[in-house]
This record gives sequence, C-alpha cells and structure tokens, in this order.
Amino acid sequence: MTVMADTPKPVKPRGWYKRNEIAITPFLFLLPAVIFFSVYVIIPIFQSFWISFHEWDGLGEKTWVGTANYERLLGGDRKFEVSFWNNLRWLFLYLLAIPLGLSIALLLNQKVRGIRLYKSMFFFPFVLSQVVVGLVFSWFYLPREGLLNAILQFFGMGTVNILGDPSLATYGIIAAGLWPQTAYCMILYLTGLNAVDPEQVEAARLDGAKGLRMLWHVILPQLKPATFIAFVVTIIGALRSFDFIAVMTNGGPFGSTRVLSFYMFEESLSEFGFRMGYGAAIAVVLFFLMLIFIAYFLWSMYRDEKGAR
Amino acid sequence: MRSIFKASAAALLSTSMLAGAAFAQDLSGTLRIISDMSNPAPRATMEQLAADFDALHPNLEVELEIVDREAWKTQIRNALTANAPDVVNWYAANRMTPYVNAGLFEDISDMYANGDLPGLDAVKGAMTLDGKQWGVPYTYYQWGIYYREDIFNELGLEEPMTFEQELANCEKIVASGRACYAIGTKFLWTAGGWFDYLNMRTNGFDFHMQLARGEVEWTDPRVRETFANWRKIIDMGGYIADHQSYSWQEALKFMTDGEAASYLIGNFAVPHLREAGLSDEQIDFYQFPKIADVPQGEDAPTDTFHIPANASNKEAARAFLQYVTSAEVQSDINGGDKLGQLPVNANSSVDADEFLEQGFEMLSTNAQGGVAQFFDRDFPAEMASVGMEGLQEFMVFPDNLDDILQRMEDARQRIY
Amino acid sequence: MFPTPIEKTSRTWQLTYQAILPFAMIVWLLPLIAVAMFSIKSSADFASGNYWGMPSTFEGFVNYGKVFFESDMPRYMLNSVLITVPTMIGAVALSCMTGFALGIYKFKGNLLIFFMFIAGNFVPFQILMVPVRDLTVNMGLYDTKLGLVLFHIAFQTGFCTLFMRNFIRALPFELIEAARVEGIAEWRIFWFIVLPLMKPALAALAVLIFTFIWNDYFWAVVLTQGPDAQPVTAGITSFNSQFVAQYHLMSAGSIVAAIPPVAMFFLMQKHFIAGLTLGAVK
Repeated sequence: MTVMADTPKPVKPRGWYKRNEIAITPFLFLLPAVIFFSVYVIIPIFQSFWISFHEWDGLGEKTWVGTANYERLLGGDRKFEVSFWNNLRWLFLYLLAIPLGLSIALLLNQKVRGIRLYKSMFFFPFVLSQVVVGLVFSWFYLPREGLLNAILQFFGMGTVNILGDPSLATYGIIAAGLWPQTAYCMILYLTGLNAVDPEQVEAARLDGAKGLRMLWHVILPQLKPATFIAFVVTIIGALRSFDFIAVMTNGGPFGSTRVLSFYMFEESLSEFGFRMGYGAAIAVVLFFLMLIFIAYFLWSMYRDEKGAR
Repeated sequence: MRSIFKASAAALLSTSMLAGAAFAQDLSGTLRIISDMSNPAPRATMEQLAADFDALHPNLEVELEIVDREAWKTQIRNALTANAPDVVNWYAANRMTPYVNAGLFEDISDMYANGDLPGLDAVKGAMTLDGKQWGVPYTYYQWGIYYREDIFNELGLEEPMTFEQELANCEKIVASGRACYAIGTKFLWTAGGWFDYLNMRTNGFDFHMQLARGEVEWTDPRVRETFANWRKIIDMGGYIADHQSYSWQEALKFMTDGEAASYLIGNFAVPHLREAGLSDEQIDFYQFPKIADVPQGEDAPTDTFHIPANASNKEAARAFLQYVTSAEVQSDINGGDKLGQLPVNANSSVDADEFLEQGFEMLSTNAQGGVAQFFDRDFPAEMASVGMEGLQEFMVFPDNLDDILQRMEDARQRIY
Repeated sequence: MFPTPIEKTSRTWQLTYQAILPFAMIVWLLPLIAVAMFSIKSSADFASGNYWGMPSTFEGFVNYGKVFFESDMPRYMLNSVLITVPTMIGAVALSCMTGFALGIYKFKGNLLIFFMFIAGNFVPFQILMVPVRDLTVNMGLYDTKLGLVLFHIAFQTGFCTLFMRNFIRALPFELIEAARVEGIAEWRIFWFIVLPLMKPALAALAVLIFTFIWNDYFWAVVLTQGPDAQPVTAGITSFNSQFVAQYHLMSAGSIVAAIPPVAMFFLMQKHFIAGLTLGAVK
C-alpha cells in the first residue's frame, strides 16, 4: 500500500491533493473523530488534573491550593478510606463473574432442543440497564416484601436486611452487579467454546483426559482470548460501579457502600457546594487505579499488533 | 411534570379570579417553574397553582417541571447555575446560605419593603440572611407525635406530658408486640427530627441553636446527655426494625398496619395516613413531651419559593411570588384537601382541621423557647449531611456513639 | 466439543440435564420474575401482606395503564429515543471513518491514535465529569438532549473505533489494492468497496450502542435534569418518587423502561452477540 507513483496511466500532471492522496486521506477521515474525542475525552482528563490542584466551586475563580486536596484525601479522610476499600472489594469479587460465566457456559454448551432460548434467557440480564437491575435487586432484598427473605423463611432461616446492614450492603450490591456481568462472561465463553478445536479435544480424550483435567489443560488455554476480554471488561465494570450504588443505597447505610466514583460525584455536585477541586482529586486517584489495567490492556494489544503484521 | 396549561385554563379561572385580580398586570413570555412538590397531594396543588396563575395572565405561558423532592436537593445548585428557571422551590433559613453566598438567589428585599407582600411580616425573619430577603415562604407545618388513638385506647394510654410518661407508654406498647415509633431513615433527615426534639427538650432551644451555629463541640457532655435520652428509646426496642431501609413514606405502612403506635413527623404525613384508610378517630397528635425544665422549642419547617439570580422572566416570577403568598391563595393551598399545612400569610385562615388547629395553637402558644426550622435547615448543609449520617448510625448501632461524635466534631472544626 | 455432548452420555444424565435446565433458568431469573409478579398485583395485595401468594386480582392493565397515562414515563421514553438514535448514527458514522483510516493506511502515529481511542474509552467517567459538565454548560447545552448526544458520540467513538478498525483489518486487503490500481479515488474506495463489506459490523455496532446509550444513567444525571431532556433511566427515579412505596407501580415502571433494549436484543440477537464477542476468538 506504499507506492502510488507507478500507476498505469500517469498522463497529465496531477494536483497536489491527487499526488498526496494516500498520505492525506487517513487524516481527513480521522479529523472529525479526533477533534470530538479530544474535546470531550482527552483534554478533560488533563483539565481534571489541573482542577484537582485548586479549590473551585464550579462558578467563580479557581484558587490554587497545590496538593492540599490530596493531602486531605490521603491524610485520613474516612469517607475516602471506606470508598477505596470498597473499590478493592468490587475489584476482587467482581472477578467471580469469570468463573461463574464459564460454569454457565459449560452447562449450556450443548445441542438439545430449545437450548438457544435458554442461552438468550441466561444472557438477557446483561441488556437491562444497571438502574433497573439495581431496583430489581433492591426489591428482591427488601426486609419484608422481598423474595429473598420469603425464601429464607420458607427454609426456616432467619431474615436478613442486606442493604440495611453496613457489613453486608456492599456485598449485596456486588451480587446484583455480578448478575449481568456473569451473563456477559458467559456469552464470551460460549463463543469461545464454539471455536475450540474438536480434533484437539478428541486427541486428549484418547489420551484419557476428562473433566476438570481436560478443562484446565486443553480447553482453558484455547479460551485465552475470551478470558482476556472477560477480565478487561469485568475490571472496568467493577471500577465503574456507580449506578448500582446510586440506585440501591445512595452510599448508605451511614456511608458504608460508597466507592470512589460515587464519592467523587457526591463531593462535586453536592447540595452544600460544588467541591470541584476535591472531587477532581478523587477522580484522579480513581484514574490511576484504572490506568494500571488500561496499560496492561494496551500492552497486550501492542504485542498482538506486532505479531500480526 | 411540565405542562402548558392553556387548554384547561378557562375552567379554573373562576376559583382564583378574586385573588389574582389585584396583580393582573400584563405579563408575557414564559414563566418556568421547577418545583420539588413530588408527593401526590402537593403535586396536585402545585399543578393547580400553576394552572390558575397561567389562566390569570393570558399572554404568559407557565411551564411547570416537578422533580423528585429528594433528588432536587442535589440538583438545585445545577439548576440555578445552568439554564436557570424563573422560580424554584427551596427551604428557609440557613439552608439558603450556600445559594445566597454564591449569588444564585435574587434579592427581593424591595418587595418586602414596598409592601408588595402584605401579611408576611411574621415570617420575614426566616427568609432573611445578611439583612436581606431572598424568597417567600408558601407553607409551614408543625412537627409532633402522630399516634394511633385506637391503639392508645386499647392499651389504656394517655397523651404523655413528660418523657417519663412517654417511656412508660412505650414500654406498654412494646409489651403489646408493637413498636412505639415508625420511622424511615433511608434519606437520613427523619433522624434529624428526633435529634432536634430530644436536644431542644434536654438542653433547650438556645443550646440547640448554638450547636447549629457551631459554637458547641459535639463531644460536649450536654450533647451526650441528649444521646443518652435517645438511647433509652432505642434500647427498649422503641423503633421499628430495619428503618434504615425505608423512606418516610414506606415507614407509614407500619403505622397504618398498627405495627407501630406513633410517628414523630411533620403534618405533611396526615394526608398519607388518611389516604391509607385511617379515620380521624384513629389518629391524633400530641406535642413532644417535656424532658428537662427548659422553654419548649418546636420544629416548624418553612418551605419556600425563590427567584434564581439568573432567571430570565423576573417580572413574572415576582408576580408569581406575590400571588402564592396572597392571603386567599394561602388559605386555599394550605387547606386540608390540598397541602394540609399552615398558611404563612397572617391574614389567611387556618383550615378547620383538627391537626392544623392543634398545630397552629401549639406553635402560637406553647413554643416559648422558639421555633426552629429543622436539623438540615438550621445546621450548615455539610454539617447536616455528616451529622444525619451519624444520627442514622447511632439509631442502629448506639454503641458507636464515641466514634460518631468524634467524626461529627472533626467535621465541625473543618466546616465552621 | 466440550463438555461431552449430552447425546453421548447415559440416559439418566440426559434426563437430569433436561430437568436442570428449566430449573436453573428460573433460579437465574428469579429477581426478575419477582418484579414481573409485583407488577400485576393490586395495591390491596400489598396492603394485606400478600407479597408472594397468587395475586388476588390481575391488575396488570391498571398498573401499566398508570405508567403510560398518569406519569411522565412516555416523555422520558421519547427522550431516550431522541438521545439514543442520533448517538447511534453519529458514533457509527464517525467510527466507520476512523476505522477505515486506521485499518487501511500505514502512517506514522497510526497505532498511537488507535491506542488513544482505546485508552480514552476505558477511563473512569468521573475524571471527565467536571470539565465535560463545564463545557456543556458553557455551550448552553446543559439540560438539553443535544448536549448529551454530543458527549455520547464523542465517548462512544473510542469503543466503536476499536471495533471497526479490527473489523476492517480482517477484510481482504487485495480488494483495495486492486481498486487503487484502477485509479479509484480513496473516498470512493471507502464508499463503494469498504462500506458495503462492513454491513454486519454496522448492524452489530448499532445495536450495541443503542443498548449502551439507552442504559446510561451517570451522564443523564450529570448533564440533564427534569422531564425536558432526561432519558428514562434517570426519569425512573422521579417516577418512583411519584409512586413511592407502591411496589406494583414501580415494578411496572421499571419493566417498561427496560423493554426497548430487551426487544432490541431479542430482535437482533445474532448481531448483538457477534458485536459483543468480537475478539473473544482469535
């Protein structure tokens, strides 16, 4: 795709654009998107960094405060500590979606009648909005009206008020989040299982591999691309857990379910004043947390790219 | 809810013709109102109000947007800064401070000075900050203990006058398998009501206000005494279980079902109780009983209308403020079949309703200490937010008190 | 095939499997079934504590009727459509172009720009929130659908570019070389050769974006307020405050809000899954 000079009929001298067409075209095609993306995504990232060194109510002049916001944040802000630990809980527990999704995929990877419908039914929680999922689960957990407690009582167990108990509430929300996320991982694995090389499986069978050994040594290595994507989207999802918290507990009870994304929102758009600077500082911390995973993702893509062409 | 009311306007004209006639100057353009009156009865009242005002001014188009009351508390600042409407709902007293300081509310002192707002002299104070007035009230209401008269009769209880009697009553109610008090603290502020009363009764109105102004430490022994009194109720199982999961509306069910005998709440709960099928024989009201020998203070929150500084049709907005505060409209919208609350205009009449009459009486004769707005309106907003979270935690885990008070004290030192 | 195909296993296991499937599905969808049950009950059932028994009367029509005729739900739904569809068109259009540029041409910085789009797509929303809100306010687009649409288009372009570029990379490059030999202008190559081949990708991306945007809540709350511009995800909270504690109505409202993306999924299932799982197989 490099040289355009030796086209068959180089007749009359062509215009500057014509001569440089291949070099220019990609930039013309990229221009609108790059402008848009820079204005709304790239530049705001740097602006947030800048704002985080200020005290600013979103209206008047920004006041430079240096690292004061970070000092307050890291110097024993209880809400920040709670939020940060909750973020870590989300990160680890949300990853359960991967083995859960794999299990369901293995259960459904058959060719019986109606299996397509089953697959869709298992998958479709993923297309519900997080707001709806959050509402559905908060009603599911209701201390009296909720189905969960009705079931627990049916089996003769005591009732729990999951979202009202500060030691359980975060886990209750994560469980709600796992529901659509597991569905997503399941569909990734179902697609992956479809592409598993049947000859290798047969060969392994002849060697006497079965069950878990087979899964671990033969199948999982072939599912690596699916696992990789499942890992990336799950991590991103875990760090984006805003909607569930806003809908299900609003950070409560007594602030025990806050995460950084929610705390940032609260500080920045709260009734008692737009703490834009402090909010931006929280966002920056969250950004660095996410950056670890973004870097990992980009690095593996880069490796693939080099391998590809 | 945002509607343009032209169509049904004619039918409504007659009802408010009189009240409006005085200011039927030729207003034009659009009047955008954002209201937080999202509960059913207030919503209907507000819609009617907007429709009537629209009908009075043929060249003016009234656009009403009703937003969720809880959500509005976080949206208002946004609304005032960007694409501001012409009239908004808010609350009186200290809760106006952030917006007054940020220059987001229009100064309407001239309206009070010119006599455009007759009959509001008594409530002017609640709208005053820095010597200027920033809005008008449209309703206020008493707080107190609403209780199930039939359950009290069944158990042979009487309205308590002292805290000892209150606790004795509660003991009997608990023994009968009920909770004494319904409450829903999911949105936190209901717990503020309990603290207000317990603190005003234990330490008096003036002390409560000192605390609100940040002049007293949260770890002060007098504050602890308030919490010790509160703890008596908590420890005896006075409150319904899982109240941290309910909104105040959801918790009403406990009272209508008879699982809880009473509810410390504002008068706005009465239409809901009636709606749920309780007759006036089944519900009654008493003032929060005495604890220490201090002048009784009462909570009587005032709800308000303001003009954003960035509004575009201020002329119409001012006319609307005049309209809602006029004596007749005040009598009308606060009637038992509408808001069911107390009118702010001295020339209005209090509706003939047992709760409104009792409440009015209580506030005019039996609140010697003074009238407070409410926890989240008297304390600066950020202190209120940290504080109410702590109060909710205390109600569930009273053992955490030391930690809670320390946290509130840290916040106090940072905020004031 | 893994696990072992069911038809090659014992009869008992086959039967057990057939029995497990519906049971597992019911357990999986239990929270949703519960909400669906709520939504057809009467308020009397809730008052009498009949939460989980059979509904005493079927009130589905009444409850859903209220959602459609006595609330702002239809307006919120319309807003959602007016936000989602333009975003879908805008983001897909932009990313066709970026995908083409990044997938076909070799130039300095190609990978850098590509990675910029990917990285941007993964950043937490919160780091964009304050500046984007500020920008929207300054452009006078706060609390408008347009303000929301512009941001969504920009942000989604990141994901869409990743998708389109990888898709275009997989097209046979010889086609383009052949066209160049014919002296066809580059934009014509894009329009007449590449674009027709991208149809499946366009469909997949369109359904995905539809779902993502329909379900967005965060930006709806940050950039809009009230029924003028708010989509249904944000509107549902004010719906719930209108019918507070009336679980039968709130349930009906949530179900209505969820229907469009669910319908989209069931109608376009093949494209939807193809889009989601792109890259899951190499």
